[in-house]
Amino acid sequence: MTVQRAALPMRVSNNQQAMLLLLKLRTFIALFAVIIFFSIAAPNFLDLGTIIIMAKHVALNGLLAIGMTFVIITEGIDLSVGSIVGLTGMCAGWLILNGVPVGFGYEVYFNLWEIIAIVLCVGILVGAVNGILVTKLNVAPFIATLGTLYVARGLALLSSGGQTFPNLNGSSAFGTSWFPLLGEGRFLGIPVVVWMLIVVGLVSSYIALRTPLGRYIYAVGGNERAAALSGVRVNTIKMFVYMFSGFCAAIVGIVIASQLVAAQPATGESFELNAIAAAVLGGTSLSGGRGSIGGAIVGAFVIGILSDGLVMMGVSEFWQIIIKGAVIIAAVVVDQAQQRLQAHISLQREAALAR
Amino acid sequence: MSDPHRILLSIRGGTKVYPGTRALDNVDFDVREGAVNVLVGENGAGKSTLMKVIAGVEQLTTGEIVMEGRPVSFASTSDAAAHGIGIIFQELNLFPNMTVADNIFITREKARFGIDIAAKDQKEAAADLLRRLEHDISPDALVGDLRIGEQQIVEIAKALAQDVRILIMDEPTSALSASEVEILFRVIADLKARGVAIVYISHRLEELVRIGDYVTVLRDGRITGSRAMDGVDVPWIVRNMIGAASKDYAKGTDHTVGREVFRAENICLKSRRGGFAVDHVSLTLHAGEILGIYGLMGAGRSEFFECVMAQHRSATGSFFIDGKPMRERSVSGRIARGIALIPEDRKAEGLIQILPIRENMTLSSLRKFVSGFHLSLKRERKGVADFVRDLTIKIASAENAVSSLSGGNQQKVVIGKALMTNPKILLMDEPSRGIDIGAKAEVFRVMRRLAAEGLGILFVTSDLEEVLSLSDRILVMSNGRITGEFSSAEATQDAVVAAAAIGHAPEPATLEA
Repeated sequence: MTVQRAALPMRVSNNQQAMLLLLKLRTFIALFAVIIFFSIAAPNFLDLGTIIIMAKHVALNGLLAIGMTFVIITEGIDLSVGSIVGLTGMCAGWLILNGVPVGFGYEVYFNLWEIIAIVLCVGILVGAVNGILVTKLNVAPFIATLGTLYVARGLALLSSGGQTFPNLNGSSAFGTSWFPLLGEGRFLGIPVVVWMLIVVGLVSSYIALRTPLGRYIYAVGGNERAAALSGVRVNTIKMFVYMFSGFCAAIVGIVIASQLVAAQPATGESFELNAIAAAVLGGTSLSGGRGSIGGAIVGAFVIGILSDGLVMMGVSEFWQIIIKGAVIIAAVVVDQAQQRLQAHISLQREAALAR
Repeated sequence: MSDPHRILLSIRGGTKVYPGTRALDNVDFDVREGAVNVLVGENGAGKSTLMKVIAGVEQLTTGEIVMEGRPVSFASTSDAAAHGIGIIFQELNLFPNMTVADNIFITREKARFGIDIAAKDQKEAAADLLRRLEHDISPDALVGDLRIGEQQIVEIAKALAQDVRILIMDEPTSALSASEVEILFRVIADLKARGVAIVYISHRLEELVRIGDYVTVLRDGRITGSRAMDGVDVPWIVRNMIGAASKDYAKGTDHTVGREVFRAENICLKSRRGGFAVDHVSLTLHAGEILGIYGLMGAGRSEFFECVMAQHRSATGSFFIDGKPMRERSVSGRIARGIALIPEDRKAEGLIQILPIRENMTLSSLRKFVSGFHLSLKRERKGVADFVRDLTIKIASAENAVSSLSGGNQQKVVIGKALMTNPKILLMDEPSRGIDIGAKAEVFRVMRRLAAEGLGILFVTSDLEEVLSLSDRILVMSNGRITGEFSSAEATQDAVVAAAAIGHAPEPATLEA
């Protein structure tokens, strides 16, 4: 008799299990839904050309969303990524066009590898400023990165007096002639940007799931005090996530400058909002401790396909904005439902065990 | 009957269940008009839960509340307040950024036409109340600038301001000086004369015997004694609090105490209110020894642990491990030296509620499962499984969120996390808080076993019986200082309690002793 009694409450109903699985896969389901919808509703949607264009759009937001996801998991936010995109693009343009003056009328021109390294460092540096503001100076992440949003944008505008750096075709003498390839080039038929997304995505996912660093990022966001008392170096972790976010934004900055073959100081305005939207759509919780890199990338795909698909259908731009907003809100509402159900199920299981 | 006091409110068959624990179990409790109804019990006995039920903060799982013959239910504090029930919380519920007057009248602002706050009236009324409490705190002062004792006075004034019929006081004297306590008692007498029913909770037993009219003793969520205060003395209360059949503390496997593993010398920590939170504390701990630190809340015990765990940059003094100085400034450095802390507040400091059990347990010792920078989940899972078995943690899966566990199992996860760092010294802050009696016994058995294996254990508790039966040696702290040291053979309840009261004026006799 006792065996039967113990066995009975152990079972969590199959319905609930199925429901939970459905909720967990919601971003994928949303992705398939938009793909199926547009392949019926929009002509040419499944053309190779269209897919490649969309992939390039998505890759940029996806890269930003990866950096953003780590920051949000630590219960922070990085509003400065759009400005970092603008600033780093201008840096790349400046270095290609003007070089660095060393006095006596001479300029040093770097080759493209060096330029890429320098520009990535600029992105990381802005991220480090964010990190120092948040950790050492105890500024709320929202305010700290709002400040750097303005400062970085201002610097981008100052660098050219508001002008565009045009014709960034580079020169073979300085080893910068392949700059346009970053944006337009392909490898195995797939755009270079998409390869970048794949590489950065895989590395980030590995960090999140299989390294102590990743574990500590989740721990800091879940409960900072407990993490600190467990020996996690909270400030180091926070520094890392902001610097990594700056790094991702710098990649995007270079790629966009290359795609346009020009650097424009206003580039990247409001990119941070799309990155946040992608992260949240992918199941990242703004209250910290929860989220995944894969989710953020899928989220970026949903947003990207949604907006490109609506364009192809000829839906008014104003409606597009409304639909995007509604999708984000729906995602968070569904997320709440999943959390409740998940807590309910594991509570039931543990309660069954305690009887 | 000879009973002069009318029953104003009563609870019948009150049961309150939280996930994993039964905080109240079929409790009957009466609140009598014009009398001080004392409620007493150990930590976790369910006093605070009972209070919260009466004040509308929590709702009973089953059972009913009857007020003047009619069944009532309080869905919220404002519901209870409408029935004339006020509560002074143990943790002060004040807004430090607002003035004294604003705090006293919060949600009950004196306003003209419901919009315009009559600041002057409020100030005068606040000043009146404070005068009644014989304090000259300015109604314009910011609450954040007041001493804790003064804040408590404001909290009391806040409750007085609402003309209550039942006033619940949860440890109102814990931060008051002796003269302030006398004032409070006069106010209580005054309220009694006006027919207010007072529910009074305190750990200071002498206090209870002095001012109580009725006493109810709670133990592990059940009522173990309830009567008029006539003829009640401290031993009667203690007997009912602890119970005749003493708890299973798994009295020790005999073990020998080894060499010194940990020493603290002259640890000082300035308190924000001036004076010292930790006042020149020195102690030594030996391998295989369980050293209990007993003291009341705010005695500086947790702060001392925080100093050991590198949480206060401004702390002075030195620590030694195996005779060698510990200079590491970071928590991870100190963990690497062999110190592990089990914090007092499991939820806020011990665990990351939304992460799985596995990730919580390995958080301090992830390095063990890393080669290069790659984390081996397989080895991690195995490590966790070993400790789950070793500590008999009851879990369905190590992948479930730690928040789904009962208090006792959560505590074992925290202990597991500490043990996975291979510590030499285990610091345990209130290791039995908020866990049920079975889990308590298991935690104590684990402590005994670890000590027998040669670990030095330093634990803090405000549970008298626990410290007496578990420790090889007892230190008593009060007001940041060590005020007594006893071997387990020579320690008695009276001596330990007396030492814990040193510096708190109510027992001036013990100062000379």
